[in-house]
Amino acid sequence: MSEALRIIQDPTLTYRQELVGLARLGESTDDSLRYSDAYYAAKEKGALCDLNEGKMPFRPRYICPDYDLLFEKGCDFLQLDPPKDLLEAVNVLEIFYCHVPSITTYPVYLGDLDRLLEPFVIRENRAYAKKVLSLFLRNIDRVQTDSFVHADIGPEDSVTGRLLLELTEEMQLAIPNLTLRYDPEKTSDDFALACVRCMLKTAKPSFANHRMFVEEWGSRYAIASCYNGLSIGGGGYTLPRMRLYECALDAKDPEDFIANVLPTYIDLQLEYMDKRVRFIVEESSFFKTNFLVTEGFVKRENFIGMFGVVGLAECCNHLLGIDDVKKGFGLNPEATALGRKIMDAIEKRVSAHVAPYCDAFDHHYRLHAQVGIDTDGMDDSPGTRIPIGAEPCMLDQLEVNEQFHPYFPTGTGDIFKFEETYVKTPEAVLPIIKASLGRGLRYFSGYLENNDVVRVTGYLVKKSEIEKLRQKKQSLNQVTLYGMGAQDGGHALDRRVQHHEESAGK
Amino acid sequence: MKKAPVNRIIPFSNVDGPGNRTSIFFQGCTFHCLFCHNPETMTCCRSCGICLSYCPVKALRKKDGKIVWDSEACVQCDTCLKVCPHFSSPRVTWMTVEDVLNQIRRAMPYIDGITTSGGDCTLYPSFLAELFTAVKQQGKTCLIDANGAYDFASDPALMDVCDGVMLDVKAVEPSWHRELVSFDVEPVLRNLDYLLSVGKLQEVRTVILPNRDRENSETVQFVSQRIGGRCPYKIIRYRPFGVRPEYRRIMGEEETDPVYAESFVLLAREKGASEAFMV
Ligand code: SF4
Ligand code: SF4
Repeated sequence: MSEALRIIQDPTLTYRQELVGLARLGESTDDSLRYSDAYYAAKEKGALCDLNEGKMPFRPRYICPDYDLLFEKGCDFLQLDPPKDLLEAVNVLEIFYCHVPSITTYPVYLGDLDRLLEPFVIRENRAYAKKVLSLFLRNIDRVQTDSFVHADIGPEDSVTGRLLLELTEEMQLAIPNLTLRYDPEKTSDDFALACVRCMLKTAKPSFANHRMFVEEWGSRYAIASCYNGLSIGGGGYTLPRMRLYECALDAKDPEDFIANVLPTYIDLQLEYMDKRVRFIVEESSFFKTNFLVTEGFVKRENFIGMFGVVGLAECCNHLLGIDDVKKGFGLNPEATALGRKIMDAIEKRVSAHVAPYCDAFDHHYRLHAQVGIDTDGMDDSPGTRIPIGAEPCMLDQLEVNEQFHPYFPTGTGDIFKFEETYVKTPEAVLPIIKASLGRGLRYFSGYLENNDVVRVTGYLVKKSEIEKLRQKKQSLNQVTLYGMGAQDGGHALDRRVQHHEESAGK
Repeated sequence: MKKAPVNRIIPFSNVDGPGNRTSIFFQGCTFHCLFCHNPETMTCCRSCGICLSYCPVKALRKKDGKIVWDSEACVQCDTCLKVCPHFSSPRVTWMTVEDVLNQIRRAMPYIDGITTSGGDCTLYPSFLAELFTAVKQQGKTCLIDANGAYDFASDPALMDVCDGVMLDVKAVEPSWHRELVSFDVEPVLRNLDYLLSVGKLQEVRTVILPNRDRENSETVQFVSQRIGGRCPYKIIRYRPFGVRPEYRRIMGEEETDPVYAESFVLLAREKGASEAFMV
């Protein structure tokens, strides 16, 4: 059966999902963007992976438009005037979102919603504002049907922020993904606690280390897609990844890996990135004619290439001959130390490379701890995470994360699954998040054991929607399918639960 | 060097006082409660050696007449706890204050404070005073989870460094209390009043037992009238999990029905305990 026929006959695909699938297929018919033979060999082996970005990049992978500019001057191309009230504001956004391209075809960054909408919200009475925002969220959930659609709030408390949290809880939607930009000086405990409470009930928001991101990106940064740090008014050109476990299979020992194997693969991935970035900028029409560029909503110099890695745990365990993951990376100081060494080596080599068209970032790419894809199975854990099933107690897991998160300005994160009683004790979660962010953690996600909306590897899905797919029904959210794959192949929903100790009847 | 027997340390707990806390469980108890769900903490090991041969991974051995537990080898199967005839555990470490501080050091940045529990941690009051002094120097709070046997009023040194006590009031009727826990109720109630008077009653807990209408309501009424809205009142459902089989026969195999337990929350509120809640 031809791939096209398979797509159009698949009962679980919606019309839009078929369309996207067919477009991918069409894109893959042109092979004219070529890489070296060594690159193709590495890809064939599974050591390098292009995340199915497509053979002919016709837009950057991630785009983070400057929505402040939209509200300030409107948009000529879309014939939108600057909004004058809340209704106009959400309407302008809803229209604009439909014209923001990305790898998923859906906008991966919806803006700092609280900051953008606050001036309009505070002019309305609360009930009316809430109603408008609820319709706005419903529109996003049903129109931008992809869990990589992401909105940011914070660091300051606001009426809009509170309303968004309230609605998130009431509506229980998987879309959009949501992040609180947390800064101990700007985010009140009260607002942070409201976020924790909401997170325990809905698996969002996640907590981003605002200070860390500001230091790297300046204050105008976005958290987009899963947990990706990028510049507002810019984005990410491309995100390929080294599958470190498969890379390690070539090495005799850890020294050989660091001295010989690693540099070879790093350079091949850099070659791939350079060619793609050049192609997007020089050949495709995006940076020449797209209204986002011509009207200044994004600027070419604010884009960056994201250098992804995945499977550090399995790489270290393999190099040290460790078979039992419970005695490996993250639990065994020797394996964790090797992980540091490997990351140091990757960081050093990548930051020595002069990258094309990364003007705002000193002409360098930045590292990204890729979150894994559904087909990875158990071979490569996301980024630098400890494999599912081997997680130590939360304290140990946080300490490992704190060592590795600083390597990844373009994003990394870990997910903690909490046992039921935590829903009543958000005060017991906040100090953990605060301390860990203060000690180098970049991004914290949590969810409650028995919720319907759960975080898979970085994105949210509804367990009930996965069930639909299993029964060969369609799911509007195109990411549900990845969720099913990650659950089946990577056991992504079986991560360790943070338990309380029973103290009844003592 | 002062030492105390520590059963275990849990770095993060959300149920042993406000916020995120490290819980330190000491070995040994003055009470002997029928519904105790970790009866292995009741007494200190007598080195009788009975459990040794039951350990499936040979994590237990005897050295110089004392039981030595190999924490690395142990697979936490709990067999030793079940076979011990003395309500004890071989998995206990005698620790100095220094040892405990070393163990909890890594958790410190993430926690609001520590809670000492047991067994009954107030068997080791001077150890606690020393531990608390050191922990408080690091800006963290120190709570005691107590059965109420210890006379807190007689120990100003400990009370100086203790931020609050979570007190179990298991029963108020003297003979029933004695039957239930093999100890007089009088010191418990004296502590209730004393801790209230000095503002250090952090929380009171009562376990609601199945089919004990009279005892349950007597206790809940008494406590509620005493504490009013001055501290939280935690109503806990009896659960047979962990309770020794011979006591399950007395206390019941069923856990307390939540609706039944909830009625005591309402009773507590009605009698003035505005902060009553159920877990
Ligand atoms: S819990 Fe540990 S020490 Fe006790 S019997 Fe099992 S393995 Fe042996
Ligand atoms: S734990 Fe119990 S059975 Fe084992 S030696 Fe001590 S008292 Fe005896």
